[in-house]
Amino acid sequence: MTTSALDTSPPATQTKSRKRGLKIGWFLVSPSVLLLLLWMVVPLAMTLYFSTIRYNLLYPDEESFVGLENFEYFLTDPGFMPGALNTLTLVGSVLLISVVFGVLISALLEACEFWGRGIVRVMLISPFFIMPTVSALLWKNLIFHPVSGILAAVWKFFGAQPVDWLAQHPLFSIIMIVSWQWLPFAILLLMTAMQSLDQEQKEAARLEGAGPIAIFWHLTLPHLARPIAVVVMIETIFLLSIFAEIFTTTSGGPGFESTNLAYLIYNQALLQFDVGMASAGGLIAVVIANIAALVLIRLIGKSLTDKQ
Amino acid sequence: MLTLKQKRSLQSLLVGCAAWLIAGLIFFPIFWMVLTSFKTELAAFATPPQFIFTPTLENYLHINDRSDYFSYAWNSVLISFAATALCMLVAVPAAYSMAFFETKRTKGTLLWMLSTKMLPPVGVLMPIYLICKSLGMLDSRLALIVIYTLINLPIVIWMVYTYFKDIPVDILEAARLDGATTLQEISRVLLPIARGGLASTMLLSLILCWNEAFWSLNLTSSAAAPLTALVASYSSPEGLFWAKLSAVSTLACAPILILGWISQKQLVRGLSFGAVK
Amino acid sequence: MNKLSLALAATACLALPGLTLAAETLTIATVNNSDMIRMQRLSKTFEAEHPDIKLKWVVLEENVLRQRLTTDIATQGGQFDVLTIGMYEASLWGAKGWLEPMTDLSAEYDAEDIFPSVRDGLSVKGQLYALPFYAESSITYYRTDLFKDAGLKMPEHPTWTQMANFAAKLHAPDKDQYGICLRGKAGWGENMALISTVANAFGARWFDENWKPEFTGSEWTSALNFYVDTLSKYGPPGASSNGFNENLALFNSGKCAMWVDASVAGSFVTDKSQSKVADHVGFTFAPIQATSKGSSWLYSWALAIPTSSKEKDAAKTFSMWATSKAYSELVAKTDGIANVPPGTRASTYTDAYMAAAPFAKVTLESLKSIDPNKPTLKPVPYVGVQLVTIPEFQAIGTQVGKQFAAALTGGMSVQQALQGAQTATERQMKRAGYLK
Repeated sequence: MTTSALDTSPPATQTKSRKRGLKIGWFLVSPSVLLLLLWMVVPLAMTLYFSTIRYNLLYPDEESFVGLENFEYFLTDPGFMPGALNTLTLVGSVLLISVVFGVLISALLEACEFWGRGIVRVMLISPFFIMPTVSALLWKNLIFHPVSGILAAVWKFFGAQPVDWLAQHPLFSIIMIVSWQWLPFAILLLMTAMQSLDQEQKEAARLEGAGPIAIFWHLTLPHLARPIAVVVMIETIFLLSIFAEIFTTTSGGPGFESTNLAYLIYNQALLQFDVGMASAGGLIAVVIANIAALVLIRLIGKSLTDKQ
Repeated sequence: MLTLKQKRSLQSLLVGCAAWLIAGLIFFPIFWMVLTSFKTELAAFATPPQFIFTPTLENYLHINDRSDYFSYAWNSVLISFAATALCMLVAVPAAYSMAFFETKRTKGTLLWMLSTKMLPPVGVLMPIYLICKSLGMLDSRLALIVIYTLINLPIVIWMVYTYFKDIPVDILEAARLDGATTLQEISRVLLPIARGGLASTMLLSLILCWNEAFWSLNLTSSAAAPLTALVASYSSPEGLFWAKLSAVSTLACAPILILGWISQKQLVRGLSFGAVK
Repeated sequence: MNKLSLALAATACLALPGLTLAAETLTIATVNNSDMIRMQRLSKTFEAEHPDIKLKWVVLEENVLRQRLTTDIATQGGQFDVLTIGMYEASLWGAKGWLEPMTDLSAEYDAEDIFPSVRDGLSVKGQLYALPFYAESSITYYRTDLFKDAGLKMPEHPTWTQMANFAAKLHAPDKDQYGICLRGKAGWGENMALISTVANAFGARWFDENWKPEFTGSEWTSALNFYVDTLSKYGPPGASSNGFNENLALFNSGKCAMWVDASVAGSFVTDKSQSKVADHVGFTFAPIQATSKGSSWLYSWALAIPTSSKEKDAAKTFSMWATSKAYSELVAKTDGIANVPPGTRASTYTDAYMAAAPFAKVTLESLKSIDPNKPTLKPVPYVGVQLVTIPEFQAIGTQVGKQFAAALTGGMSVQQALQGAQTATERQMKRAGYLK
């Protein structure tokens, strides 16, 4: 709450309302904080406990304390290093694609009026509404399929040997699918941001002889800093735990080429039913996610929480 | 030399073509899915892919025959709306106090809330499954509603918070000086002003609930199963299934897609996170 | 307050379904395979016969189903009353006491009619824990028209070397025709099922008598080299993402000259409504090489009742109905005799069925010849042809399957894949305490 020096209201009321406010403030925040705390602490505590025992669903009667063995096995799992690297590659590439193409496409849409702009806009944001499992199935069966997929037909049309996308470029294919889902989100946001750009300022710059590229670089982009930060933040949260797309298309393979950490944990938990190791993996993933979050907040957090 | 007007219309034509091309490419998979849903299974697998064919409704009839679409859809609707309502009920007061009675800890609390979203769901499946089991909440809508509320709460609070931040404090101060209670202040002053933002927040929450596929698959069996579970029941490693899968996917996505189309302007406003003024 | 009333209304709706549970309701979990879908459709007859029992179906893809069932049964969640499981689960879960023993089966049900190899596979210490719905072995499918045109003749027991020669001659990728289709998709129930039978035929085994994996031995090396070499030379593009389903689609659209896979596909490839080549399919035994032992797999989908079920009697009534002779007759009447669930009962293989289903003879003889207790050329400490019936196998099979799929795409060499499989398996076996 900001109290400017020029405030004219009587100081007594000010403090009174402030006091009431603070009390109410905590009273109102507490349900959500409590709920989230419960949501975090209860499973986390159970996960912590599971991570220190040998707990395999296929023989649950043989639980015994094993200390850090689960962590050791998870960290030395042959899939761990590729998994961690793939997670970063996946998040990084999708962010890059959605920001760069998001900016370009929304700039194109806002460049001038053209026929059917409303329909184009609706078409562009549609993939955002599609269920992740559905979009993965869709891409796998109808687009990427090396025999009867659309891309195979295009390749054949140009006389080239069809590419088996999911086997030969698994991570790239996953990045394509995920980008297809999240690019619309970026377009949606950046488009709105551009509409709010001060037209007079743009006109003034044009009159001063600035070309469209200079205007874009010096005027539009700085204006977009904050929406871009929002895109990066929100997408990172969702992208770190991408799972359905990998599960449905490549199952993390071939080898570990498209395994990310979320999938690796899934692999332990539901293919090997090793709850102990999966719990250890979950905790490690939380640590990694929080490091990523800290880095992000350092980089862009200021423009997120502060008002311009 | 082109006149200025000709130049403008040429530019508009070029931009229009480029935009339509890109939109066509991005929209194509959805279009293709809908198209495939009207093919026979053999035609769906044909090479080269067929654009012209005799449409058939057999896939939709098969789905209607095999599973009760409306029961799944009803579950989806109920769960999404209830979770969204519950989420707003908790989030609005929290966002109100964070936006208007900011303390040193507010920003930390906000970021902490967001970080709760980073726990990979698979990692906590077992604990949650055991909790649900001991509360007798396996295959119940209530369990999904509570879980969806909790996983969306951080984002919803944050959105509402940024939206409230845009409202001048003076308006609330004025109401307070007039002797309004906190409840009146929120319901009579704040909510009407923030109506647009709240609506779009709810819309985003609806989309996220509708499309959530991990918890809904793992915690429900039949009574509470939403559309994501219906889609899962048509994917199979044995037997031809592409056209049916396309049909069921179309059915599962259509309601939320249409809702999204109708309300895209609203959605945009809420998604701006206060980034757009 | 609008939202409040909405929330209240929602809560009211949640409370409602509890009131409508008058009849006994069975929740049946099953896989999305066509025989099960048929069972779901025909179960309306069951509901008509038993008005006090209502059926609810949870149909899932095999992998998802397996996860859901394991999670539920291991935590005693009690979400399901009838489970569709395989031999692997039946023997492990039966031994754990998680499944109701199938005792007191009526004389009319005639459990003696079930093939001994299938019954043994679903039993623990002589006690049956699941009722077989259908059973399958692996057999060879080939295109009689293409063989005739090329002047080739398929022997009754082909060797893998012969198969590779045929494949080379019939491979014509420019005509969208590929020499041989085999499973390549990673998974213990996918590529590993087939590769295990290839390896068995080459004389290999998963473990020696002391539970030491043998991937780096000469038999596995030549088997995997053969598999990768043949499939990458004469297989369809994208072989490493093909499972049963993808190969079926390829075969049915006339793109495979040969295909080695589950016998259950017999009724699909000869069904004119889904197969373009229905009139030109030949059937013979799965290929052999150094030995015929373990060259064909054995698998059965069966219905079981978890001990956590609250409606055990009704569940048993249903399981018996769906696996009975009467059910087979019902299918024969409504869907044609070729669609009767195959492989479980001797009484299925009547003359009429053998005549209607050209693949029946091969299936029957394969099923009879398989012995899961002595699956390989050299002695092994485990039970199972294409799988090893120990709890760790899912984990091991999944990891090894990934390595082999990577070898198929060329992501790593065969040698590397075998070495990787050896290391991963040793690691798991050490963790589980088999190896010191």
